[in-house]
Amino acid sequence: MVEGKTILSFFASNFSCISCEPRVLSLQNILSLLFFLLPASALTTGIYMIFSTKPEMATQEIQPNETLTNLKAESDTLKTKLEDERAKLHDVELHQVAEKVDGLGQFIMKTRRTLKGHGNKVLCMDWCKDKRRIVSSSQDGKVIVWDAFTTNKEHAVTMPCTWVMACAYAPSGCAVACGGLDNKCSVYPLSLDKNENLAAKKKSVAMHTNYLSACSFTNSDMQILTSSGDGTCALWDVESGQLLQSFHGHAADVLCLDLAPSETGNTFVSGGCDKKANVWDMRSGQCIQSFETHESDINSVRYYPSGDAFASGSDDATCRLYDLRADREVAIYSKESIIFGASSVDFSLSGRLLFGGYNDYTINVWDVLKGTRVSILFGHENRVSTLRLSPDGTAFCSGSWDHTLRVRDRGYHLGYIPKRTTLSG
Amino acid sequence: MARDMSDIDILKMELEQLKKEVSTPREPVSKTSKDTMDWCEAASGTDLLITGVPDDKNPYKPEKGGCIIT
Repeated sequence: MVEGKTILSFFASNFSCISCEPRVLSLQNILSLLFFLLPASALTTGIYMIFSTKPEMATQEIQPNETLTNLKAESDTLKTKLEDERAKLHDVELHQVAEKVDGLGQFIMKTRRTLKGHGNKVLCMDWCKDKRRIVSSSQDGKVIVWDAFTTNKEHAVTMPCTWVMACAYAPSGCAVACGGLDNKCSVYPLSLDKNENLAAKKKSVAMHTNYLSACSFTNSDMQILTSSGDGTCALWDVESGQLLQSFHGHAADVLCLDLAPSETGNTFVSGGCDKKANVWDMRSGQCIQSFETHESDINSVRYYPSGDAFASGSDDATCRLYDLRADREVAIYSKESIIFGASSVDFSLSGRLLFGGYNDYTINVWDVLKGTRVSILFGHENRVSTLRLSPDGTAFCSGSWDHTLRVRDRGYHLGYIPKRTTLSG
Repeated sequence: MARDMSDIDILKMELEQLKKEVSTPREPVSKTSKDTMDWCEAASGTDLLITGVPDDKNPYKPEKGGCIIT
């Protein structure tokens, strides 16, 4: 700031002449001071303005700590304002509105199928639209396609990497996508010929700079949405492997994503290690809404069937419901006795039930409207890592670190209900 | 990518986002909760996990007198 030093010297000369004499400021001194003071301040503010319009230069000119503190203060002010705006409309709780709804009564679910065949922890699974096929992926790199009715394995692929954390079935049922520590999402077309080597036809679609945490086809086989440990989500064209849109906004790893039900338009929600759940516009790449009420990593997000809300499961041992039109959290599903994180969540067809798979090996079933727990499901012998409702809503499948997947549906109502309701179900 | 960004850049990104979010339109919880509840009640009739499935329609129900050998 060469100009600054020159101005300072003007100041100095004026002040020095004043200090020499007795402390009586003559009119001349005052005028000369003002004469230099006004343009000097104008000059310095002018120079500051010029430099502050170029952000890169501003960080060099101004102390880095100052900018950080200012930004943080502004951010906190806005966050408070946002909370105030949201609080104004928080006139009632969801469970209060739902008081007149009938309770669900005794809820029994039974395991109908146990899919055994993975040699290591099952990390992810997805249903095919035909309501009977399931694709699952595990820590040892194996991706298996099952027929859930017969428990037969229809296809098996070994990925070149371990920890295949994401897998998805294509809407047509003709392909599966998977990825994990290889930082990629690859699409394998499924052939009817059982002898054909699936790995030969593999197509690498997505490339991230860190692990792939989740993937999902959009409404067609042509596009895939991915989320990654590099903090971004991305939309890819399957055929060309081209990046169509990327989504920046998370400050840490993104762990999960879910597309909005098709009727409600082109949005999706993502959850990450920064405790935030973000709702994105797929066309513009903009984050439309953001929610930060969880106290730990968000492991799973799932849209409510109507598309107006979504649920999240987190390492803070709670599941929460966020209403998109009210722009706030409207329910917390938690109990003091539940201390292990929720790894995956899904709704039943009507959205009345929320299934949460937890790290304490159980699945808790919640009444979404009333906020109460309806049932605990036992059976897995290790963490439940993934959970999804079948497309027609008749059953749901859970995958676990105990190497198995279990398909459960509503148990028939017994005339006599055994005292120990903790039967494996 | 988030991991490569400095703290300042992350804060700036958050600030931009917050400015947009403060002005999004919102509705009161009483209205949206009622809508959610109504939607849920209307859909409950078709939710097979709530109504249950009769044995003959359930693909997972084993045939009486038989079992699946895999």
